[in-house]
Amino acid sequence: MPRRNMVEAIRDAMDVAMQRDESVVVFGEDVGYFGGVFRCTQGLQQKYGTSRCFDTPISESGIVGAAVGMAAYGLRPCVEIQFADYMYPAYDQIVSEAARLRYRSNGQFTAPLVVRMPTGGGIFGGQTHSQSPEALFTHVCGLKTVVPSNPYDAKGLLIAAIEDDDPVIFLEPKRLYNGPFDGHHDRPVTPWARHPQGEVPDGHYTVPLGQAAVRRTGTAVTVLAYGTMVYVAEAAAAETGIDAEIIDLRALLPLDLDAIVASVRKTGRCVVVHEATLTSGFGAELAALVQEHCFYNLEAPVMRVTGWDTPYPHAQEWDYFPGPDRVGRALRAVMEA
Amino acid sequence: MSDRQPLSFHVPEPAVRPGGTPDFSDVAIPKAGSVRRPEVDAKAEEIRDLAYSIIRVLNREGEAVGQWAGLLSDAELLEGLRDMMTLRAFDARMQMAQRQGKTSFYMQHMGEEAVSCAFQRALEPGDMNFPTYRQAGLLIASGYPMVEMMCQIYSNERDPMKGRQLPVLYSARDHGFFSVSGNLATQFIQAVGWAMASAIRRDTRIAVGWIGDGSTAESDFHAGLVFASTYKAPVVLNIVNNQWAISTFQGIARGGSGTFAARGLGFGMPALRVDGNDYLAVHAVAKWAVERAHRGLGPTLVEYVTYRVGAHSTSDDPSAYRPKAESDAWPLGDPVIRLKDHLIKRGAWTEARHKQAEAEILASVIAAQKEAESHGTLHSGPHPSARDMFEGVYAEMPPHLRRQRQQAGY
Repeated sequence: MPRRNMVEAIRDAMDVAMQRDESVVVFGEDVGYFGGVFRCTQGLQQKYGTSRCFDTPISESGIVGAAVGMAAYGLRPCVEIQFADYMYPAYDQIVSEAARLRYRSNGQFTAPLVVRMPTGGGIFGGQTHSQSPEALFTHVCGLKTVVPSNPYDAKGLLIAAIEDDDPVIFLEPKRLYNGPFDGHHDRPVTPWARHPQGEVPDGHYTVPLGQAAVRRTGTAVTVLAYGTMVYVAEAAAAETGIDAEIIDLRALLPLDLDAIVASVRKTGRCVVVHEATLTSGFGAELAALVQEHCFYNLEAPVMRVTGWDTPYPHAQEWDYFPGPDRVGRALRAVMEA
Repeated sequence: MSDRQPLSFHVPEPAVRPGGTPDFSDVAIPKAGSVRRPEVDAKAEEIRDLAYSIIRVLNREGEAVGQWAGLLSDAELLEGLRDMMTLRAFDARMQMAQRQGKTSFYMQHMGEEAVSCAFQRALEPGDMNFPTYRQAGLLIASGYPMVEMMCQIYSNERDPMKGRQLPVLYSARDHGFFSVSGNLATQFIQAVGWAMASAIRRDTRIAVGWIGDGSTAESDFHAGLVFASTYKAPVVLNIVNNQWAISTFQGIARGGSGTFAARGLGFGMPALRVDGNDYLAVHAVAKWAVERAHRGLGPTLVEYVTYRVGAHSTSDDPSAYRPKAESDAWPLGDPVIRLKDHLIKRGAWTEARHKQAEAEILASVIAAQKEAESHGTLHSGPHPSARDMFEGVYAEMPPHLRRQRQQAGY
């Protein structure tokens, strides 16, 4: 089985999609000749030509706005916003245009496009290279929001996103590009080459949007996580010895509510973990759903472990980042409750 | 240093406010026929002056003069006149329908009819407009049924948008009319994207982006220009300068720049300014720009100089911010009357036939209105179903929406 890190898996997904469907085009800042600042599009321009993979002006609303027009024409654009932190100029095009085009035109025009963006912290990127804005997308009807946590899923989910007939926000946890980072920033990260999920088949396959994966089965407490936090939760479970069931949501919308409910009904406890800030974060939605559907199974309040409600700091990165220590404390707290 | 005064803050003001005497003396109007018609493959740098002038064909005597004249036959001009008269009659009826409570909102075109009606006649089948809310002439001139437009305005059971969209935000894919967004300027860069896609697929169709003078201040206007010029997209980018952005005069968006058209010069784009109340001039310039796009010569920026005679919308009262008689003082006249006078001058039309046409058109608009109202109006008669509200958010309804629809009782 071929092994790929997450960057290679994402690149392979676009390669496979471009090969199979001439209507798939890839563009963004530094995406063409250079192959992207994270190298996710390396080689695609050489292989498919400048009309299918090209550099754009530094204009995020231009990138997404052009993609909406192309999608309305009948193409399937897969565009890159260099960092999720830079997507705000494109937000109007995403929220008011891509997300609502099908609805407002009664299906005359649709926007089957993917907006890829590296997300999350852990790279000393400060406020402008570390944010996790997923809740700004899950709050918008008409969008799908996906966060892969490993190379196998990244490829399968990205192909599924490109083939999807609705706009998909594809958030790539950049700290996972090279390996399953578990929050222990002072230790070396196992490369994907030595991780089971680094096995990425050649060719076409998809991971459906809306199916969670159980990363660790357990009986004591359900941990709902996605992206980098899956590995932080695994580390916390290992270090506390608490038999946690760790669910990797993979897609936040559509959400695999059945998997969440089945697990929490079994364990009776739930901890939600995300890097994004706490207030009105996606964890609030998850906590609300868990109490709505599992209230009589709960033996402890649902807890959230998240980034603090501050801008993402630079020097204090590891005080901000919800690492295994904080997650472990939450696990103990719900077990003691 | 001692000669420096404290800084002062500048907010542009229109020449006249309510109570004053309308004054357009600062709008320089060149003589009809005085602006040259360059070759269609002219380079932007050779025609920079066209961004600062106004291309006009019809003179005060109702004659078509100069190099931009002579493109349209009597029959085509009569069709154009009928389009504009239809749009005007349609507006009047729908404006009244809103006042009668048959719909929530309406936006009329009074004074700007030539821009969209003449432009549409320059396009080829398959070309795609990305319009704003004040280009319904594109639909009228492309033969889109008035009944469909009215059903959309009434949000009734036959509304092609199933009651989901504000009145006048039409969508008509088969008539080359992209879904109108209520957000401003977003469609400008989308038009460029559509045109890029057409070029990527080596298609022959072109796109047209539309924007108002006020919305040129939006960043998507500039995104559209930079993408269009960078990729030489087959697109025509139209600025309709009707002088007013709700209550804000065009000087607030234009600032110290010479003209809106001149914005294109920095992007190396041919930029033309045209008399927007002159059907022949609008059509001739549109043909020129459309031809450039079809020949792969790249984008063109066109500013249509016109005047919004009516209120911004049925929710607006212009007497609060501009003199009531300002529209009468507008130096470019009324587009319908100017074309009528020209056709009479050509011997192709008479006052009597015009009156008769007015009556016929009004009758056809009223007939369409009756038919539309038989399918309901906003607050009475048949409606789109509440169940429809949940459809079309996604290609396939996700589980959470299905649950909500059940919860709502549908």
